[in-house]
Amino acid sequence: MVRNKVKDFVTGVGRGTYDEVSGAVNRIGFVGDVVSAVAEVVVSPRKLRWRDVLYYLDLCGRKSVPIVAAICFLMGAIVAFQSAFQMRKYGAELYVADLLAFSLLKELGPLMVAVIATGRAGSSFAAEIGTMKVDEEINALETMGIKPVRFLVIPKLLAMMVSLPLLTVIGDVVGILGGLTVAQVYLGMPASTYMARTIDVLVPSVFCMGVLKTVFFAICITLIGCHCGFAAGTDAQGVGRATTRAVVSGIFAVVLGDAVLTLIYMAWGY
Amino acid sequence: METPEKVIEVTGLAVGYGGRAILEDMNFEVRRGEIFGILGGSGCGKSTLLKHLIGLYRPLSGDIRIFGEALNGSGGKARRNLMRRFGVTYQGGALFGSMTLLENVMLPLEEFTALSAAERAEKAMAKLGMVGLTDFADYLPAEISGGMTKRAGLARALVLDPELLFFDEPSAGLDPITSAGLDKLILNLRDQSRAAIVMVTHELESIFSIVDRVIVLDRGTRGIIETGDPRVMRSHSGNDFVREFLNRDGMTREHYEYHGEKE
Repeated sequence: MVRNKVKDFVTGVGRGTYDEVSGAVNRIGFVGDVVSAVAEVVVSPRKLRWRDVLYYLDLCGRKSVPIVAAICFLMGAIVAFQSAFQMRKYGAELYVADLLAFSLLKELGPLMVAVIATGRAGSSFAAEIGTMKVDEEINALETMGIKPVRFLVIPKLLAMMVSLPLLTVIGDVVGILGGLTVAQVYLGMPASTYMARTIDVLVPSVFCMGVLKTVFFAICITLIGCHCGFAAGTDAQGVGRATTRAVVSGIFAVVLGDAVLTLIYMAWGY
Repeated sequence: METPEKVIEVTGLAVGYGGRAILEDMNFEVRRGEIFGILGGSGCGKSTLLKHLIGLYRPLSGDIRIFGEALNGSGGKARRNLMRRFGVTYQGGALFGSMTLLENVMLPLEEFTALSAAERAEKAMAKLGMVGLTDFADYLPAEISGGMTKRAGLARALVLDPELLFFDEPSAGLDPITSAGLDKLILNLRDQSRAAIVMVTHELESIFSIVDRVIVLDRGTRGIIETGDPRVMRSHSGNDFVREFLNRDGMTREHYEYHGEKE
């Protein structure tokens, strides 16, 4: 009895270790395939499906504008309201604009846009590729001699690397407008004063560092979403699980990446 | 009469997943102009064997040679060139949902040829014409029937004029008339192009009307239990399972007549 339990335990540990190691090897292989496909497209841009890039720019960029604008406006308003409420006690409500602009541009804007993109694009990539796998479309690509990674991942990657920084700029601007609305309505601060303080804080490096982060987030979200799709099981449940994994892993990677980048920026003095 | 050249040569092949063999010690060959069937009960490994033959999986052991070249030994450009010489049609068509039928058929031409857009469209339209889908060129796969999807998949597989064609359950899910139409199309293709055709099928109608030679796989013995002409095996096989498998009811008069026409 005890011997069986020990045997089961050892088998479980062995199997778990094997799964983790083979999963890690598989992920490294996938990143290698992506790098190879990027090199192929750089050498021969004709091999990139530009029409697909436009499609994903529309899907991940233009169609995300309303939700990004709505969430960033509300977030700007909430942060401004909460900080105004506290700072008023010390007569420092003038600095609400500084606080909001700084936190929004450097952290909250890129992070919030990346989380929205993970929910929209990352899940969509996993579901799309997972369904293609179920329908044998991935097999069809392979037997046609077309590399699935180049065909399916690179257009999405390029579209995300372009659209996410642009969405972040929109989110930043709209978030500041949210803060301005609260400053005017709740604090009675003139718009000119609020904007003057915001512009004071808006040094190009803060803005650029925030936007630059989103390029890194775009790579994480796309690669995780696509890899989850390729690794999906070949049934409906498998696709569902892949989609969930893409969102959970994507958000975790974005938050972890943000923490690491923040530390790096701080070390560089930004 | 000269024996046609070997297009596929399988020697000592063992296939399976995760190191576990599903089929072992398989030896067979397919020759130019032959329609070759892979038969067997459910779960015996027909589709697994097909996936190995088209290079999606690596065999556990043994050798698959296509046009004399080792399928799994070649890599990069050599493998790409080899894969260009064969076409595959999948059970569900495997068309790309975001592309029209014309774009689906043009895709291999975009990848493998330097033809202009107009030339690509012309060639793709010709292949769609071959399968009777010219009027549906601008339709998306979701807008056409299952039979049409399979025919469009066939047009895509044919667009590079392959010398070897693989079919995975071409008649599955089709009504008898559509299925017979597809059989006739496959037969015409073989007669016109002298391509070798390998098909996995359960459909007795197809087996007796168009297939020249079959291998029958068995899950119990994990291998080939019989090879030969299905029409002969049907009455003369020494294996009970093979006789039973090939003598199921459901054969229609039309199919017997169709087979007669062929001969």
